[in-house]
Amino acid sequence: MSMLSFEKKYRVRGGTFIGGDLFDFWVGPFYVGFFGVTTIFFATVGTLLIVYGASLGDTWNVWRINIAPPAISYGLAFAPLKAGGLWQLITICATGAFVSWAIRQAEIARKLGMGYHVPIVFSFAILAYVTLVVFRPILMGAWGYGFPYGILSHLDWVSNTGYQFLHFHYNPAHMLAVTFFFTTCFALALHGGLVLSATSVPEGEKVKTPEYEDTYFRDIIGYSIGTLGIHRLGMFLAINAAFWSAVCIIISGPFWTRGWPEWWTWWLELPVWG
Amino acid sequence: MKMYKLGALALVPLVLSACWEAPPVEGEQIGFRGVAMEQVTNPDITEPLIALNQIPTPLPKNPVVEGTPKASDVYQNVQVLGELSVSDFARTMVSITEWVAPEQGCSYCHQSANFAVDDLYTKVVSRRMMQMTQTINSTWSDHVKETGVTCYTCHRGKNVPEYIWFEDNGPAHAAGMSAENYQQNNVAPKAGYTSMLSDPLTPYLQGEPEKIRIAHENALPLKNQNNNESMQALERTWSLMMHMSDSLGVNCTYCHNSRNFASWEQSPPARVTAWHGLAMVPAINNDYMTPLQPVYPQHRLGKIDDAPKANCATCHQGINKPLYGVSMLSDYPEWKGPLSDEATIVPDYSDVPEYLDPNALEETTAAGEPTAAVSQPKVLTKTLEVAAGLTDDSGPLGMEDSAGSDVLQ
Repeated sequence: MSMLSFEKKYRVRGGTFIGGDLFDFWVGPFYVGFFGVTTIFFATVGTLLIVYGASLGDTWNVWRINIAPPAISYGLAFAPLKAGGLWQLITICATGAFVSWAIRQAEIARKLGMGYHVPIVFSFAILAYVTLVVFRPILMGAWGYGFPYGILSHLDWVSNTGYQFLHFHYNPAHMLAVTFFFTTCFALALHGGLVLSATSVPEGEKVKTPEYEDTYFRDIIGYSIGTLGIHRLGMFLAINAAFWSAVCIIISGPFWTRGWPEWWTWWLELPVWG
Repeated sequence: MKMYKLGALALVPLVLSACWEAPPVEGEQIGFRGVAMEQVTNPDITEPLIALNQIPTPLPKNPVVEGTPKASDVYQNVQVLGELSVSDFARTMVSITEWVAPEQGCSYCHQSANFAVDDLYTKVVSRRMMQMTQTINSTWSDHVKETGVTCYTCHRGKNVPEYIWFEDNGPAHAAGMSAENYQQNNVAPKAGYTSMLSDPLTPYLQGEPEKIRIAHENALPLKNQNNNESMQALERTWSLMMHMSDSLGVNCTYCHNSRNFASWEQSPPARVTAWHGLAMVPAINNDYMTPLQPVYPQHRLGKIDDAPKANCATCHQGINKPLYGVSMLSDYPEWKGPLSDEATIVPDYSDVPEYLDPNALEETTAAGEPTAAVSQPKVLTKTLEVAAGLTDDSGPLGMEDSAGSDVLQ
């Protein structure tokens, strides 16, 4: 069991939500905990179900393997395994694994006396997934609206679902989500570039301090958000990207069934145009 | 806190616009499960449409009476429906009145002094529309199938169908460099309220219609590889497709699997019907709508003086199958044809006399006799019954019982 010299100091008891000391141990570098066990359980069962589902299909081509949700006619009922039931079980496993992982992150945060920022941020990714395969199908009345599990098939789903609303770029929440995704990349690139530039100094010189970084941005745009602030901004941008993604799909169908361009007629109908 | 305020600000247009629908929704799956080939509708939207798109109560059919003369033997100048018995002819005329001019009655197309003369423009137009209806039903069954169309499919009780179109090059422009915006970046109701080409109908639904050949067959989009592969042609096509979707109340997946729009093998069968429709509409616009241009009074013409034309919405009116696919042809078989020879020849209206406008006539008579226009139709209906030898107190046409009777009395 390999362990870095300083790690032992942080391997302390406690902080668990469930299970007390029972699962409070490490395997190699990994903390286990009750939710580590549930993560492994759901991930393993889910993966085996995916392999079983693939074996029922007509291809082992990894691009074309497809495990589809039930037909819409099943509504919110359970479907036979080979007619979408597998998809339902895999969805339960995936959600169980993702949520377990987030709670495990929270347990580690407690153990170390830190804030819950990591599990909170990760939960926005879970929110986006659960919105796609659970919340939206429930609101629309059938599991069949979830996306299929397959590399190409889920892309077909994305494409066709977009075209159900004629022109998805007119979806206002999609606009926000796309903007936040691009801005996240932009901010991350600027941040990474700045840190690397401050540490890329000629051999023998000391790396530059954050004051240099701040000065660099003040020289360019008259303002620097600061060393802590850039991470707040990054978290804000990334959370919003995932959040508005979830919003843009939850409103498509349950709360709007027509073309997204038509939604904007509220603007044309404002009473201010005279 | 500033960030929360920013987030709240972003929510304002989303929440304040009171134009959201509420679940539950209804879905119809078109393709294999899970690939999102489906039509999703909201009953709050579709239920009012269902009420609006019911066929009118059919007029009772005439009893078959041996030896009833043909309409063309009794009346003068009956060019399209002359083969009908005189009683069926009367029933047809009453149905047309109910469908097209319920308020004005017979006088919308006929001079009350002489029904036979062609001096009202409306009479000339409606004769051509009758021929068009028969043409559509007899030669375009690839598109209209056995359901067919009647006057009511488009008119719905209105003199002019609600959904017609004129050429439109967009709003007025400034001069100089900005004198032309190529129909871009305006709200385009004809293109599903996108900002794309605002009049996709002119290039595709009249004249020599542009072909839709925009999908490349190779991985690299080589210029002019096929007929029509420019970015502009692509966007024109998209605009047209928006019009089709809007007209039929369907989304793109009704006809296409979006993983490959061009592939017929992966497309739902509805695309074949639509393809025939894209051939039918330019044909009827070229043979029937546009040639009537000299006949219309000025107020019926578009802003470049073009004749009113048909598009997908003219019949469909927001429904994938007009009137939800309920055929009126079994009640009104006269519209199936047979097609008269004259109907296939496009008349030359270029040197027509100045036709009268029934709206203008009505205004002059209404001043002196406000009730005349309303009371006239019933008298005329009775006259037709007498002519057909079908006088009976109950009235063989059963007008008193029919749904449209109120507008004729």
